[in-house]
Amino acid sequence: MIKHLRSAADLDAATATLILDTAAEMAALSGREVKKLPALRGRTVVNLFYEDSTRTRISFEAAAKRLSADVINFSAKGSSVSKGESLKDTALTLQAMGADAVVIRHSASGAPHRLANWVDGSVVNAGDGTHEHPTQALLDAYTMRSRLGRLDGLKVAIVGDVLHSRVARSNVLLLTTLGADVTLVGPPTLIPLDVAAALSKSTKVSYDLDSVLPDSDVVMMLRVQTERMQDSYFPSAREYSRRYGLDMPRMRKLPEHAVVMHPGPMNRGMEIAPEVADSPRSTIVEQVANGVSVRMAVLYLLLGGK
Amino acid sequence: MAYLLKGVSILGAAPTDLYINDGVISAPVPDAEVIDAAGLVALPGLVDVHTHLREPGREDAETVETGSRAAALGGYTAVCAMANTSPVADTAGVVEQVWRLGREAGLVDVQPIGAVTVGLAGKQMAELGAMASSAADVRIFSDDGFCVADPKLMRRALEYVKAFDGVIAQHAEEPRLTEGAQMHEGEVSTRLGLTGWPAVAEEAIIARDVLLAEHVGSRLHVCHVSTAGSVEVLRQAKARGVRVTAEVTPHHLLLTDERAEGYDPVFKVNPPLRTRSDVEALRQALLDGVIDVVATDHAPHAVQDKECEWSYARPGMLGLETALPIVLSVFGPKWDLIADRMSIAPARIAGLDGHGGDLTKAGTPANLTLVDPSVQRVVDPAELASISRNTPYAGMTLPGRIVATFLRGEATVLDGKAVK
Repeated sequence: MIKHLRSAADLDAATATLILDTAAEMAALSGREVKKLPALRGRTVVNLFYEDSTRTRISFEAAAKRLSADVINFSAKGSSVSKGESLKDTALTLQAMGADAVVIRHSASGAPHRLANWVDGSVVNAGDGTHEHPTQALLDAYTMRSRLGRLDGLKVAIVGDVLHSRVARSNVLLLTTLGADVTLVGPPTLIPLDVAAALSKSTKVSYDLDSVLPDSDVVMMLRVQTERMQDSYFPSAREYSRRYGLDMPRMRKLPEHAVVMHPGPMNRGMEIAPEVADSPRSTIVEQVANGVSVRMAVLYLLLGGK
Repeated sequence: MAYLLKGVSILGAAPTDLYINDGVISAPVPDAEVIDAAGLVALPGLVDVHTHLREPGREDAETVETGSRAAALGGYTAVCAMANTSPVADTAGVVEQVWRLGREAGLVDVQPIGAVTVGLAGKQMAELGAMASSAADVRIFSDDGFCVADPKLMRRALEYVKAFDGVIAQHAEEPRLTEGAQMHEGEVSTRLGLTGWPAVAEEAIIARDVLLAEHVGSRLHVCHVSTAGSVEVLRQAKARGVRVTAEVTPHHLLLTDERAEGYDPVFKVNPPLRTRSDVEALRQALLDGVIDVVATDHAPHAVQDKECEWSYARPGMLGLETALPIVLSVFGPKWDLIADRMSIAPARIAGLDGHGGDLTKAGTPANLTLVDPSVQRVVDPAELASISRNTPYAGMTLPGRIVATFLRGEATVLDGKAVK
């Protein structure tokens, strides 16, 4: 088993599949009256969050607790260079406290890689800057597999601000490793020119959402921040929504079986219409539930739980 | 003191005896101290047109003295100290302070570069004439670290320095195209999720500036050229007769953006490491003379400024002590090329008359360095004379050892060690 999960590229197909299969076992547990496993009793998991992310933090916290680990939440928001302590000093502190795993969320891309130099325990990337968010990709893959029964050959459209999206990067890497066909859709300003060469050769790019939808099994809408508008990535929120938002008429272009995903938090009415988000095709609430199972599997396997 | 360099090879020529007396290359003199120079190559003392010595302001990273020592150990006899100190070298007072510190250290000639604009802020021209008339005799002006982005101000600066044969050394970086930039924009930046620094941000400024220099008939020097596209812009400008010179750093001749993969900020530098094809174009341009000189952009940084997240780290890497070995490893023992690009041409650009002279002629100021090209050495950051440790070459085996360096006939380095 790998020691750290810093990037979805750390996962080969066998390892990724093992995590998904283990997550399925963990999910079965959640139906039981007593949801706890003793697997990580006596182990310490630190949630080191330099950015606010309540949903990701509580998901990891629930996962670690269900495995009976001791959980320490370390909120370091606003810390780092300008004030407070350096990442290295924080790492050495966690190391001295005997952290077996550090789950890190950080606004700087690559922070988990740096952290891994300074701690002996496992490092789990819970989102770093505009780089990656590998457990999000795992829970997305898990959700697709449970809804559609397979990943190999699945046609997945990822729509929106690919340039700044850690979710998109991790999903492209993981889904192509698992045999899915990924098409990235968005305005050219938000799709890096060399994205296929950078991430996975088989990745396709389209600037036309309407032409991609009829042939998609999964459409994953990314959160688009309205501040991008100020930086001339697109002219206005309304224009973005008209060209790349998933509304009801567009959703009807999808095949019958296709599902709609969103990593959250959503901008209802911007990249996704409320009726779409709340439709039976939407997996958005399932994604949250699956997040706990997948993160349990990741912690369990990285820490060699028995 | 007189020296006899016995059996030395001047620029790779047949072994000969070279006498140094009274600060110059001389005819044979009695009682000279003999240095066995068999197997050693003599080069005119290297000249760096782009060095950051950090004093005043960041003496925890480097001082004029420690940087001078690093320079001498790297075979340099003159370095041009960039203006981005604290306070900025934008007045006669600061450039004279740096110049005086250089004289006191006495290991290399420290030639201060003056800022183009007050505080490097890009708004108001600094008192360039006062710096030129000062004891420091400033001729190169640069806001390095920042681009003189305002085209009108750049035009005026280019024109103004004609009065005292100055040159503007431009850090070519269109700031609007590099907001938040962390590394070269390309496949690797896309994979790593780091904001890209597109090649066009450099090329657009160089294209603009060669046109401005042509328009006003001034001299322009382009700092740290890093892209194949910039080379093409320069090639065309030179073919038209524009008075432009350009430098390339050792790291841009050797390293590529793939080094960023582990997020180790020792590889973070501005302009960033580029791609293999850029490296190839830069090498060819240096061979062709489209790029005139190798300049180190020696940029010491304190440990805490590099031992952090990539995005928070300061850009820059050490260069003085490894420049010649890197150039040797890239080009091999092309001694005439090395002497021209690392000594003669930079001395000419900086107007440093005593440097880059002909070592075969009696009377030439004895600014020279002796290299043993047969030695391969592993770069150990702990052994560097610089206060800082941010070398990207740690653990690399590089050819060439600087055995001795002479500044106006006085040894600054002997047997590979600084004399003071």
